[in-house]
Amino acid sequence: MKARVTVMPKQTVLDPQGVAVRDAIHHLGLPAASEVRVGKFMEIDIDDAAAGDRAALEGRLHALCRDLLSNPVIEDYHLELDAR
Amino acid sequence: MTRDDIRTAVIRFPGSNCDQDCFHASRDEMGLQTGYVWHKTDSLDGFDIVIVPGGFSYGDYLRCGAIARFSPVMQAVKRHAQEGKLVLGVCNGFQILCESHLLPGALIRNRSLRFVCEEVGLRVEKSDSPFTNACHVGDVLRMPVAHGEGCYYADDATLAELNVHGQVLLRYVDAKTGQPAAGSNPNGSREDIAGICNKEGNVFGLMPHPDRACNLRLGSDDGKRVFESMVRSLIQVAHKEEVMELAE
Repeated sequence: MKARVTVMPKQTVLDPQGVAVRDAIHHLGLPAASEVRVGKFMEIDIDDAAAGDRAALEGRLHALCRDLLSNPVIEDYHLELDAR
Repeated sequence: MTRDDIRTAVIRFPGSNCDQDCFHASRDEMGLQTGYVWHKTDSLDGFDIVIVPGGFSYGDYLRCGAIARFSPVMQAVKRHAQEGKLVLGVCNGFQILCESHLLPGALIRNRSLRFVCEEVGLRVEKSDSPFTNACHVGDVLRMPVAHGEGCYYADDATLAELNVHGQVLLRYVDAKTGQPAAGSNPNGSREDIAGICNKEGNVFGLMPHPDRACNLRLGSDDGKRVFESMVRSLIQVAHKEEVMELAE
């Protein structure tokens, strides 16, 4: 089973990396690109046999997303867990 | 308590690289008893000042300070802070204190996207703090910065609270005029914030390096005033406690 976590800077937080990438995209001929935001994507492989109860697992993953994988002060996360 | 009794702990994480600067400043420049504490240690008993130094703890993987936060010694730092004792976080140490929720807000990529390594001017915003009591409000200190992710960010509500409670101790200013100017903020931090303390006042984090500004041979000894403030505060608190005991 795979968990996929996307972490993005919050809309209110300045993302200078995104601005630099957007400018490069403009330079390469796509002025229509109005905004770019740069985040992180993480894949976590989970051993099905050891994973236990799905609801409990999801709960633990959300806690991990909040405590470790993202910083809620500056980032939002999105968690997806494969269907078993 | 006298100056000779004060004991400083300098935390060492894998990837810390200003631990020796902090150790040198505390022991050799300030004359305090100073020891290194490895990140796997879970006790800081007997120490009065804890310094979380700069560097790239755990390679700055994920986010600066994100992994250091979970090391055993940080639990001890939290207890030390809860007991009202002094915690100073410099640069990466500031990032770690924010990630640990000992200080509000977060430090993000410099607005310029560049690593900055230069001397900055810092205006003292408050002098009745254990970290700035050897300064006057409005004094301008000179210290070096060296970071890629030192842009202080907090949402509007948090910023308002920081201002109401007088938690902003240092702001970036032009070293000559003492006022904000174009280029005086090296990283784009909100409201030119360079260093903040917690509401209780005993935990202080800043991006500039007082540890690298303790000797005029290095260009400035203004960093000593941060250390001197901590020393004065500890002696004062101990003196008050003695008086209270005598009164009982």
